[in-house]
Amino acid sequence: MSQLRHSLLELVRRTSTTLPDDVTRLLEAGRKQEAEGSVGAYAMNVIHENIGLAQTASQPLCQDTGAILFFVHGPVGMDQMAFRRAAEEAVVEATEKGWLRQNSVDSITGANSGTNLGPGSPTIHFEQWDRPQVDVRLMLKGGGCENVGGQYSLPDNRIGAGRDLEGVRKCVLDATLQAQGKGCGPGILGVCIGGDRGSGYAESKHQLLRKLDDTNPNPELDKLEKSLVEEANSLGIGPMGFGGRTTLLGVKLGVLNRLPASFFVSVSYMCWAYRRQGVVLDASDQSIGEWLY
Amino acid sequence: MIELSAPFTEEKIRALKVGDMVNITGRVYTGRDAVHKYLHEGGDCPVDLTDQIIYHCGPVVVKENGKWVVKAAGPTTSAREEPYQGDILRRFGVRGVIGKGGMGEKTLAALKECGAVYMHAIGGAAQVLARCVTEVKGVSMLEEFGSPEAIWEFEVVSFPVVITMDSHGGSLHKEVLAHSSEALQGIL
Repeated sequence: MSQLRHSLLELVRRTSTTLPDDVTRLLEAGRKQEAEGSVGAYAMNVIHENIGLAQTASQPLCQDTGAILFFVHGPVGMDQMAFRRAAEEAVVEATEKGWLRQNSVDSITGANSGTNLGPGSPTIHFEQWDRPQVDVRLMLKGGGCENVGGQYSLPDNRIGAGRDLEGVRKCVLDATLQAQGKGCGPGILGVCIGGDRGSGYAESKHQLLRKLDDTNPNPELDKLEKSLVEEANSLGIGPMGFGGRTTLLGVKLGVLNRLPASFFVSVSYMCWAYRRQGVVLDASDQSIGEWLY
Repeated sequence: MIELSAPFTEEKIRALKVGDMVNITGRVYTGRDAVHKYLHEGGDCPVDLTDQIIYHCGPVVVKENGKWVVKAAGPTTSAREEPYQGDILRRFGVRGVIGKGGMGEKTLAALKECGAVYMHAIGGAAQVLARCVTEVKGVSMLEEFGSPEAIWEFEVVSFPVVITMDSHGGSLHKEVLAHSSEALQGIL
């Protein structure tokens, strides 16, 4: 097995089985906030137990191991085709080992490829940068949470949202209300303000690569991110939509330029089983040099 | 915590109320999108679902030493089965549905009429729930629908759920939606 394939297989295994520290810290804080004996507290306790079991047994946190999304930064001259081959081999092997569910279905015939390979799977986003290392981030995003995402075109009369940050606020809170417990809350929202319909959704997923405890470089957006979490948690939707205090763990707002005629707000919901991990590969032998989350 | 063991009689199921935390011991049958569409369109059911529980779940199951082993088995979103579920409850005499996210008015009416309940498992908790599966008794329609969509027959012990829709018209999902909608109106 090539070293690159070996490193990517380990990235898939760890992403599927172990939650990053920034996520577990906030889940633990949420668990303590729920009223003792409530159904919300019960849900958070089961979630807590599940995180421990998955990590110890090295088995998937959630059986829906999701869409397989790689985000790769590499130096000029990096062989992207070789990377794709290694990633596909790692995905096939991870599926055989049960770290990934057979999750890639022909949209016309309904046939499951059985390997997780097929048009669009896995998805790999490549970017070049001026550093020698390769940075690989992986997100496994389940269907339940993907289904409750949404895109708003402002102005939106239904929710009274205009083309400004107050309108964005209304979109985010409406998306939270519409999702209720269907996305497996407490959730995390990646949001893109602007862009087109395609780039907006892509950026909303990029926002989910940020650490939960980071700071938005735009102070106004940073303030809005924090106040939106508080407002969402005041709605009482709670873990799994059972009612309670922890509805969202985070909101991450990104911005793209838009056309004068368009103002999209794109929202991607991530479930509590926030499976994203990343590695920096050693430039000499492509072994794992550093874990990123 | 309420212990619910097979057989799942109408009397036991009618006694359950919204908010009850229940541990299930007995048999459950997985069935999700493909199975529901197939049964709704008049397909023959390869297993007898009378007084049984359907579990909205697409598990990770692998064969180890010639035996099926469940690696992960949490619930999938139930709302997608809303167009089909009521009809299937009536036609096959199903007593319970395990899933996540809750279901709508059609299913709620069928639960009341048939004496059945909707049981909410904790979404994402695939390991906690897989551990409750003590044996894979069989599998149907694996070839036709693929592993996540097949009908897996699981023997479970103390499988934890919360009753969120009961056989008396109660729905926790309706309550939370009403309260949270009101709360949102208050801050907009």
